[in-house]
Amino acid sequence: MLGRLTVEAIPLYSWVAMGGALVTLGGGLAVFLLITYLRAWKVLWTDWMTSVDHKKIGIMYVVLALVMLVRGFVDALMMRAQQAIALNSEGYLPPEHFEQIFSSHGTIMIFFVAMPFLTGLINIIVPQQIGARDVAFPFLNSVSLWLTAAGAGLVLVSLVIGKFSTAGWTGYPPYSGIEYNPGVGVDYWIWALAVSGIGSTLSGINFIVTIVKNRCPGMTYMRMPLFTWTTLCISVLIAFAFPALTVVAVQLALDRTLGFHFFTNGDGGNMMMFANLLWIWGHPEVYILVLPAFGIFSEVVATFSRKRLFGYKSLVYATACIAILSFTVWLHHFFTMGSSANVNAVFGIATMIIAVPTGVKIFDWLFTMYRGRIEFHPAMVYTIGFMVTFVIGGVTGVLLALPPADYLMHNSTFLVAHFHNMLIPGALFGYFAGLNYWFPKAFGFKLNAKWGIRSFWFWLIGFYLAFMPLYVLGFMGMSRRMEHYADPNWQPYLIVAAIGALCVLCGIACIGIQLYVSAKNWGSARDVTGDPWNGRTLEWATSSPPAAYNFAIVPEVRDVDAFHDMKIQGTAYQSPLQYEDIVMPKSSGIGPILGALAFVLGFAMVWYIWWLAALCLVLCLVCAGVRACDDNSDFVIPASEVARLENARLAQITPADMHDMRDFMPRGAASGSVLQGRV
Amino acid sequence: MNHTAERSLTTYLTGFVLAVILTAIPFALVWGGLLTGMAVYIVIAVAAILQVIVHLVFFLHIDLKSTPSENLFFLAFAAILICIMVGGSLWIMMDLHHRMT
Amino acid sequence: MTDTTVSGNVLEHEEKKSLNSREFGFWVYLMTDAIIFALLFATYVVLSKNSAAGPTSKDVFELSHTAGETALLLLSSLTFGIATIAMTAGQTLRVVQWLLVTLLLGLGFLAMELIEFHGMIAQGAGPQVSGFLSAFFTLIGTHGLHVAFGVIGICVMIGQVLVKGLSLPVRSRLFRLGLFWHFLDIVWIGIFSVVYLPGVM
Repeated sequence: MLGRLTVEAIPLYSWVAMGGALVTLGGGLAVFLLITYLRAWKVLWTDWMTSVDHKKIGIMYVVLALVMLVRGFVDALMMRAQQAIALNSEGYLPPEHFEQIFSSHGTIMIFFVAMPFLTGLINIIVPQQIGARDVAFPFLNSVSLWLTAAGAGLVLVSLVIGKFSTAGWTGYPPYSGIEYNPGVGVDYWIWALAVSGIGSTLSGINFIVTIVKNRCPGMTYMRMPLFTWTTLCISVLIAFAFPALTVVAVQLALDRTLGFHFFTNGDGGNMMMFANLLWIWGHPEVYILVLPAFGIFSEVVATFSRKRLFGYKSLVYATACIAILSFTVWLHHFFTMGSSANVNAVFGIATMIIAVPTGVKIFDWLFTMYRGRIEFHPAMVYTIGFMVTFVIGGVTGVLLALPPADYLMHNSTFLVAHFHNMLIPGALFGYFAGLNYWFPKAFGFKLNAKWGIRSFWFWLIGFYLAFMPLYVLGFMGMSRRMEHYADPNWQPYLIVAAIGALCVLCGIACIGIQLYVSAKNWGSARDVTGDPWNGRTLEWATSSPPAAYNFAIVPEVRDVDAFHDMKIQGTAYQSPLQYEDIVMPKSSGIGPILGALAFVLGFAMVWYIWWLAALCLVLCLVCAGVRACDDNSDFVIPASEVARLENARLAQITPADMHDMRDFMPRGAASGSVLQGRV
Repeated sequence: MNHTAERSLTTYLTGFVLAVILTAIPFALVWGGLLTGMAVYIVIAVAAILQVIVHLVFFLHIDLKSTPSENLFFLAFAAILICIMVGGSLWIMMDLHHRMT
Repeated sequence: MTDTTVSGNVLEHEEKKSLNSREFGFWVYLMTDAIIFALLFATYVVLSKNSAAGPTSKDVFELSHTAGETALLLLSSLTFGIATIAMTAGQTLRVVQWLLVTLLLGLGFLAMELIEFHGMIAQGAGPQVSGFLSAFFTLIGTHGLHVAFGVIGICVMIGQVLVKGLSLPVRSRLFRLGLFWHFLDIVWIGIFSVVYLPGVM
């Protein structure tokens, strides 16, 4: 009846694991009680969970990412604490538990922090940047969100019922095979990945179609903002790389549950094929995480330098080059597997080539700042911190791209330091910059800058303290993922790294305080115009937060910096002669229901509860069928209602709120124009 | 997609006949054992690629002029990626296999 | 009452735009599915000689059976095409007739595949025996699963054509189903060229 699910699934094996389970349960209970206390269930369901509005979906993605960031970071803190004290001792974590922690840390940070964070920001902003009223498939967007949430839910549940994988976030067989890992841990990992991976693939397809089909008049490909460009590129990467993850996850699941022999030791399996397939997805995935952040940096650096982005075209071409090259380098993750020198050399050279377009981007951002009027907004500070730190990570990456050097550093903490050095500044700092930059667009008030700057310094200093010692330890020969060790020379470095992790903890706390302080004083930081930073791209043309339809009248674009151009031309904030009816998609409960079914399906597969899995599968098909036969999924907002909303908004904006654009007027247009050539 | 465009029965029949011929050739070769060694593989591969093109042109109506450029772009991109992924995988795995024996 | 007619026009315009997006989105989905098949093919080629102690491809493949499956699938592509022509001409009944023929051919294909799988498992060549057979069953099974979904899709579309007539959304769905069906036939070309023909040599 319940497969292999018994009372023994409750984690009583260590007090730390039990504590984790209790915290998870307590957290869930607290949220449940809070919502009940606030009587918010109905609002939550009708206004948020069933919503197909891309802005709300985006906000929910970001909330999911921030919650999971805390969970993933607790893992990191525990690992750093263990390694700081585990010299010739057991520390406080049994090996089995330590392995679960590093596996869940990687899995959570990649799949349930970075992916939802970037997907959330894309959801909120990209439709507005291209002058669209919604994404191409709003309902599918909701399904994607709830599949991602279902995957995250599976990882969280593994804390309370059963165990998580001990095979690392990459889950290499044969160790992740059923012979050596008979428990449920790897199954949790597989199904969390599979469920959220399908969600990501659907998102990728959705944003490809949105950007190709829903751009407003005048917005040619070469007038799309850089963030939209990077989104287009990563959507293509998602659509073409995630199938590899699906394939490899399903094959491993078949090996484990049905006794197939894809990756087993004997009977004609080939475990090297797993590494090969995983990294066909895994390497493009790195760029899926990093490129949107590059897009954010491009927007931020132009806005807060008060200059047009330097080398727009070169940035576009560099992005496209990186996207294509990212499919040609996957072997560098397993140079040491034993390929011949020629194979390793080809992939090593391809890897080094990627550094070229990335370098081009760094120079473009620097030249954008050059002679700009730089404003040290938290978003801009994160951008500058990124540029400095990311270059270090890039250099160590080129080092690792040399197969002979890689043989020395493979699987050492040098590698751990390298990829954290890419992903923390290269992805996370970008998302934080985006959070600070676009928060007023999503909520209508600005985030507190003081706490933003504080969070940045804690993150930056914490990052250096935590990971520079790992580079050194890698050279000293320390392997990654060590539960305890015997070399006393390592310990001082590991203690510094632990202090770094504490510093990052302060950074995360600062973000929490920043959100709290800003929400408390929201009235004094309101953004009335919808354009708090004197922005350049089209998302700043809408109100903050935007109406459900974003644009009452679909705008027409003449320039890369579309809104900047409108402000100079004086066409911004104008009310049209007449408003029109607007067609919008209806909310739908099927998205969250499908997510819930996917969660139960995954859970049933993990525990071998076959009847439940079959039931969920049938119900999923029924849901899909019900939706497919629905020809009536839209409704109309009448022109009169649109006019009411828009007039109310325009009435609030006084000329004093608008940005002074005289500096940017073309030669001769402004009286005594001071800053020609700055446009 | 231009699914409203005129499509005649002859298009489908032409495609069908070509597909039958391109299927029959490799089947006959293998069945009858007419060729041996590398040559058979080459004939099978060429016939398969030609038949894929026949299907794309006559059944899916891919046409460099009337098919929207974004559809063609994604078709070409998928083709290139399949070459990279499959070709790369086989190269890597065959190389490993060779070194292990 | 002018308001309602205006909204009617807006709705229709939006519907066309949305159907156009769906067709493009479906095309992109097919490309991602092609990647899935490509990787299953790559896995098969890598594992095809790993028959361990179990039967090899020569022992289990029967070319005449494969030829029969190929014929059914190819014919069904033709009959779906004829249904599409009837749809363009607006002949509801002919659409249903040819879809039924396609449905039968699809079911025939599935039956043949199940017979093949059943025969192989009965003679001790199931997917648990070796890497080669795992890869074989997964690749062919995934294709078969797609065909099964296509068959369900054809049933649903026959129902929709009968109930709703050849309305704009129905035509668009039928068109997308056609893309899917022809795509599966293309994958089958790969299967007989990569799996069966080299397998019996």
